Amino acid sequence: MTDLIWLIPVLPLLGFCLITLGGKSIPRSAAGIIASAAIFCSFILSVGTFSQSLDPSFQAYTVKYFTWFRAGDFSIDFSFLADQLSLLMLLIVTGVGFLIHVYSIGYMHDDEGFNRFMSYLNLFVFFMLLLVMGANYLILFIGWEGVGLCSYLLIGFWYKNNDYNYAARKAFVMNRIGDLGLLLGIFLLFNEFGSINYNEIFAMAPSRAAGSDLLPVITILLFIGAIGKSAQLPLYTWLPDAMAGPTPVSALIHAATMVTAGVYMVIRSNILYTLSPDTQTVILIVGMATAIFAASIGLKQNDIKKVLAYSTVSQLGYMFIALGVGAYTAAFFHLLTHAFFKALLFLGSGSVIHAMGGEQDIRRMGGLKKYLPVTHITFLIGTIAIAGLPPFAGFFSKDEILAELFSKNPLLWILGIVGSLLTAFYMFRLYFLTFHGSFRGTEDQQHHLHESPKSMTTPLIVLAVLSAIGGFIGLPVVFGENANWLHHYLSPLFVAGDQFVEHHAHLSHATEWGLMAASVALVAVTILIARNIYIQKKKLPVDDVSEKGFERVLARKYYVDEIYDAVFAKPFMMLSNVFHYLFDVLIVDGIVNLSGAAAMGLGKMFRKVQSGSIGFYVFMMVLGVIIMLAVNYLI
Amino acid sequence: MLTALLILIPLAGALIAGLMKGKSSGFMAVLFSVIQLIVTAYMIFHFQKDASIQFSMRHSWISSLGIEFYVGVDGISIIMLLLTNLLFPFILLASNRQENIQRPAFYALALLMQAGLVGVFVSLDAFLYYIFWELALIPIFFIMILWGQKNSQRITLKFFIYTLLGSLFMLAGIILVYMKAGQQSFSVETFHNSRLSPDDQQLIFWLFFAAYAIKIPIFPFHTWQPSAYTSAPAAGTMLLSGIMLKMGLYSLLRWLLPVTSIAAMQNSNLIIILCLVGIVYGGWIAVNQYNLKTLFAYSSLSHVGLIAAGIFAMNMQGIQGSLIQMLSHGINVVGLFYIADIIYSQTGTLMVKELGGLRLRAPHFAGLFMIILFGSVALPLTNGFIGEFMLLFGLFDYNHWIALFAGTTIIIGAIYMLKMYQHVALGEGSGFASLFSEVTKNDKMILIPIAAMVIIAGIYPLPLIELSEASVAKLLETISANSIAK
Repeated sequence: MTDLIWLIPVLPLLGFCLITLGGKSIPRSAAGIIASAAIFCSFILSVGTFSQSLDPSFQAYTVKYFTWFRAGDFSIDFSFLADQLSLLMLLIVTGVGFLIHVYSIGYMHDDEGFNRFMSYLNLFVFFMLLLVMGANYLILFIGWEGVGLCSYLLIGFWYKNNDYNYAARKAFVMNRIGDLGLLLGIFLLFNEFGSINYNEIFAMAPSRAAGSDLLPVITILLFIGAIGKSAQLPLYTWLPDAMAGPTPVSALIHAATMVTAGVYMVIRSNILYTLSPDTQTVILIVGMATAIFAASIGLKQNDIKKVLAYSTVSQLGYMFIALGVGAYTAAFFHLLTHAFFKALLFLGSGSVIHAMGGEQDIRRMGGLKKYLPVTHITFLIGTIAIAGLPPFAGFFSKDEILAELFSKNPLLWILGIVGSLLTAFYMFRLYFLTFHGSFRGTEDQQHHLHESPKSMTTPLIVLAVLSAIGGFIGLPVVFGENANWLHHYLSPLFVAGDQFVEHHAHLSHATEWGLMAASVALVAVTILIARNIYIQKKKLPVDDVSEKGFERVLARKYYVDEIYDAVFAKPFMMLSNVFHYLFDVLIVDGIVNLSGAAAMGLGKMFRKVQSGSIGFYVFMMVLGVIIMLAVNYLI
Repeated sequence: MLTALLILIPLAGALIAGLMKGKSSGFMAVLFSVIQLIVTAYMIFHFQKDASIQFSMRHSWISSLGIEFYVGVDGISIIMLLLTNLLFPFILLASNRQENIQRPAFYALALLMQAGLVGVFVSLDAFLYYIFWELALIPIFFIMILWGQKNSQRITLKFFIYTLLGSLFMLAGIILVYMKAGQQSFSVETFHNSRLSPDDQQLIFWLFFAAYAIKIPIFPFHTWQPSAYTSAPAAGTMLLSGIMLKMGLYSLLRWLLPVTSIAAMQNSNLIIILCLVGIVYGGWIAVNQYNLKTLFAYSSLSHVGLIAAGIFAMNMQGIQGSLIQMLSHGINVVGLFYIADIIYSQTGTLMVKELGGLRLRAPHFAGLFMIILFGSVALPLTNGFIGEFMLLFGLFDYNHWIALFAGTTIIIGAIYMLKMYQHVALGEGSGFASLFSEVTKNDKMILIPIAAMVIIAGIYPLPLIELSEASVAKLLETISANSIAK
């Protein structure tokens, strides 16, 4: 297996090349099969490599393929790292990726750009695999920007629509703002450690940290990259707009994999963050603010995908909260369960949109459970999982984060609970409005309501099972010291950092049970409230225009897009014109032209000197000789 | 011997193509440029990857003044030769679509220019170098003035006078070094070992710099560029932006930094800041440009500003990066200007706001366009990334804050390029765009290799780096040795 891991990213790349270069000679059916088969083979290889890692004697290893480029003592290898973290990420990316490829065959079946879509998905998986397999920060950076490219291509997949194109561009540019931070962080890492390879940096970090002022700067710069990619405050506004892309894209890229890259990167660099407590505090604040802020926007959105998008931003916030308190395993655990249930929810929403003939507004849905039984059940499982009811996956991962918060500071726990209650509310609001009550769409839509084809429902079922049972890999300590498999499996990654963590006393089992009970009870009450409002009272969200007061502010997403536009985008464009017309054309070029004109003027003046009068010439010659002699004498 | 051959082949080609008629002159010109490329490839293949000067040829010429015909190739020159001779066949092929040119005259001038450019890059005698430097200017002047847009005469004249003025300053500088060194020689060795007094160096530095700052161009000496690029015929713009401006960048490495090292060290802050202004300012202006060629011109100001800044960082990453980026920028900008020419000849407009929907009508064209565009935006695994990364890293070594400001180019570059692409290629399109149809095989013959080079050089740039790294290391040694006052 060891010598085959390069195939894991290369197979999807080959799929992309084949479908792209094949062009029209490759029929749709073949394109779907090629793309899915490529990912499936990668998945099998990933499973094989992963199973090796279950052997207790397994050691993480690096494989170098070639030197990418170098300049002086700065040399970058094209090399891959296989360790517990990258292997689990491989499973998520190829596993969820494969399911979404299969789903896309059904979902995109009638789209004229089907082949192009499948090829882009393959290209995305290739870059995502580079991102998680790279053994140094620059291979990560290739993947990092590469997935950004695919995100751009897929958000703007329906490129005839200029709103979508604009959303695609916005995503790319906002990501690039973060990427600059990441790039500078990489420069600084090399300055500090003389290498950008994970192994070398992490080995050196503990001894360097004591006297280093740079580590906080490095970690903040890397985190700026994560803010862009993982859509945290203040660079999150691209993600809701990214919903312009086809729904499988939202599931794969903008929920399950790409947007978690920032979380992955921080977990990967955990030792650096453990050694920079100030940065951790920043991450905690950003994560917490994002989690609650985005959840509150989710309360008032009526586009099924927008609700899920803000939910994703909010859940990513939870992952960063965990990172901020140094609970790297908990963050990864939530990344994993979120990949399952959020992919499920997006694909479920895709199935709904598919059935509704493209309709995305939940005010025009309702009562869909009898038309879409499979979608309904699986969506419900996803909703319970994200709301955090046991024994579904989201409960365990969120519970672990909340417990970590409590042991740090009960106040943080309360904030965390607030966010999770908001989540439970908006998710069940979404669920009730979509699947319960009576149908509010047009008759034509009602006539066409149908359950999606097998290729779409099968991935839903698989993801629903994973969302239901996925949490058992990380059971809390109250179920036994060794109940948490994930902790045990990932522990080699955190060995180096552990010595720097103050080990606060474990929560007592009683406290932990108590916290769990409290959070479950609160969530249950919240769900009942949502049920009361949207089922018993049959309340419907009002029209956009009749929103009042703070609700309107929420519905309009706190006007952040408008503010960014007025503060950044407009002045930026205006200054561009000022620079061009006022400065460049008028002043700089004006001076050039003026000196040209001056030269002409002088020419005209001196033309008069050449008058043809011999006497004048002789006079000037004598004057010149005298000046020259004088100068010579004086110097 | 081979080096001299590289000057002779285009000269012979110019003569023959000039004497032929119509399309056959184009065929002959392309043939000669391909032969030139084959000879170049042969030289690269046999190039010893060390810092020595190879394939050199040295004959006394005007012995009373110590002027020699002295040419040769080191790791820096070979990259420039690769740039010139690789791009020329494409540029000549690209001119094939031009209807309103007198072909024999055009091809003769273009090949004459190639001889001049190659001469600049291989001359190891300052006087010879100066002759080639001016020789390269004359053909482009005629190309621009004869076949440019209607208003091109005034613009071309301004360009010509402006650059000529700079060159005269340089000539004065060359003569000054010659006299001060007092060795009766213009050879590169004499110049590099001249080790003049700091005061002399200051004067000479600015004399040389005037020529290079105008040619590259470095802010604020750039105002000839947008109008010249816009009004010149497609081939002229490609020659100017793809190759000719690299004369200035190359000359910084060969004739400025090692000769006036002390002054270069003293002035590097100021120059880098000027470059920095150009990087941000050029990109910022490009954001709101609606003429494709003007947009590319300002984008070019931004890109070459970064290259020049990297050179003045005077470290391995900066200079190595500048060489890689000169090559990449040449390839990408020729591709982009060619694309602009295709769009113009099919739709009759270059205004991005009047376009749109090209992807719908010409998916292959739009795909190739996108690859070259992302090369220019410096996406990893494209050629642009390697150079830009090294340049920014070199600047980071020089000063962290400068790298931060220069780094905004990756954001601004994405803004103006993607905005332009959206206006030109995406959407439904109307009016002018409906005139557009998928590009021909001939166009693909040019665009596909360029797109392939964008990707290949991005994935495996190491062979290019190996060509020049020893020479760059030697250059840095020379600079640091010369920067200590005698």
